Amino acid sequence: MKPAAFEYHAPESVSDAVGLLAQYGDDAKPLAGGQSLVPMLSMRLTRFEHIVDLNQVQEMFGVSSTSSGNGANSANGINGAARIKADEVRIGAMTRQASVETNPTVAQKVPLLHLASPYIGHFQIRNRGTIGGSVAHADPASEYPAVMLALGGIAEVASPLGTRDIPAADFFQSTFTTALAGDDLLVALRFQPWAGPCSFAFAEIARRSGDFALAGAAVALGANEAGKINRAAVGMLGVGSTAVRASSVEAALSGLAVDEVDAAEVGRLAAQDMDPVGDVHASAEYRRSAGSTLVGRVLADALVQLTEELKDG
Amino acid sequence: MAEAVAISVKVNGRLQQGLVEPRLTLADFLREKALCTGVHLGCEHGVCGTCTILLDGQAVRSCLMFAVQANQAEVTTVEGLALNEDTLHPVQQAFSDCHGLQCGFCTPGFVISVAAFLEANPDPTDEEIRHGISGNLCRCTGYQGIVAATRQAAATMGGKSR
Ligand SMILES: Cc1cc2nc3c(=O)[nH]c(=O)nc-3n(C[C@H](O)[C@H](O)[C@H](O)COP(=O)(O)OP(=O)(O)OC[C@H]3O[C@@H](n4cnc5c(N)ncnc54)[C@H](O)[C@@H]3O)c2cc1C
Ligand code: FES
Ligand code: FES
Repeated sequence: MKPAAFEYHAPESVSDAVGLLAQYGDDAKPLAGGQSLVPMLSMRLTRFEHIVDLNQVQEMFGVSSTSSGNGANSANGINGAARIKADEVRIGAMTRQASVETNPTVAQKVPLLHLASPYIGHFQIRNRGTIGGSVAHADPASEYPAVMLALGGIAEVASPLGTRDIPAADFFQSTFTTALAGDDLLVALRFQPWAGPCSFAFAEIARRSGDFALAGAAVALGANEAGKINRAAVGMLGVGSTAVRASSVEAALSGLAVDEVDAAEVGRLAAQDMDPVGDVHASAEYRRSAGSTLVGRVLADALVQLTEELKDG
Repeated sequence: MAEAVAISVKVNGRLQQGLVEPRLTLADFLREKALCTGVHLGCEHGVCGTCTILLDGQAVRSCLMFAVQANQAEVTTVEGLALNEDTLHPVQQAFSDCHGLQCGFCTPGFVISVAAFLEANPDPTDEEIRHGISGNLCRCTGYQGIVAATRQAAATMGGKSR
């Protein structure tokens, strides 16, 4: 047997899971899809005396949403959606990456998550891996953290002191390091759907299909009826110690007419926002160059879509 | 610490009960307790795909789960894929027909993965096939035979072949 021995706990509610994490402190670790944690346990890179399996906590699975105005709950399979505000999509932390990929509410209201999902590992990994696990693990080359950061998603966190919200900008602190304390449980992620004319694109470069990306980019663009860009969100992966926001690119796009943007040129600005590290997979310089090229490409893609949408408008 | 836990898993239609240490992976449980040695182990960290099984119908890595987590679940390994002992599943038949294997080490994981892939994509293009098998590694065949086998299996299982 490869991992060190541990005691297994399978709570059925968020409060029981939080209770176990509080009780055992640093000796306990939540287990979600296990697609990152189990390899680390098996290689004995880490060990815990108590494993708190979240797979029986039904209230942590599923997607729910409210539409603006009436706040009506079109929940499909989630309880405890108490914190959801008007016009938000709430995704339980234990929702499998495969479910995020195929969920119609996600595809319609948070298209970037839908577009990014197929890039995560392989379908066998996504059948088990969870969105909460991806975000809590905070690999800088992961897709969901970059999307969450770009969209300003919110992490809903439960601890013995109660439930609180952590905005994405404060959540990702360093490689594999987040604002979550040892007894914090990531319960759900919440996103505000974009309204008005808008478009979304995602792309990445990896050596083999399913590998962690060498670099990747996610972009969301919004425009007013006059065709001027009034919202731009750009997230990057693989080009720093965390997911990174390309603020220079976002600022440069603001107020431009959709048809006057030189995507490749604006994309090059992204190099200022990243701080890539070289490793066996790619040098820092390669990541910087590939990252800015990708930002240009996803931008071009999003601009074409936005132009179409304004025309159909 | 770490007391053994009683579990009961339906493996290829047969109830398999046992007392397991929580750290026992599902892969080791299937190989050593259920004697389904068709579950192969290559990397034991999720990369190679040779340990792939169906858990309640979904293809997953059995090396990345603990046996305790499969309590009350239904597992299908390569041994349980065909209708009975005397027949092959269309995916197995296709691997045999199309030289989809040489040493055979990767084959159980490929067969399970391809069966699950075709369930979700009955009529895939070659590009979709290549993407679909990207979660399994083969060091022998060069993949051409595996792509051909997947194409044939898609055709015999009812999708149109392209
Ligand atoms: C072959 C392979 C390829 C992969 N390729 C990619 C890829 O291309 N892109 C990518 O993003 N990922 C990839 N992954 C990783 C995969 O996406 C993992 O599923 C993910 O990183 C972690 O999610 P999980 O649900 O499996 O979490 P686990 O492995 O169970 O947990 C990961 C960490 O997060 C913590 N955690 C999990 N859930 C919570 C919670 N609710 N609250 C607090 N802490 C929590 C755990 O304690 C642990 O520290 C790959 C994995 C494999 C095996
Ligand atoms: S042994 Fe499980 S994926 Fe390699
Ligand atoms: S047939 Fe030998 S590894 Fe695939």
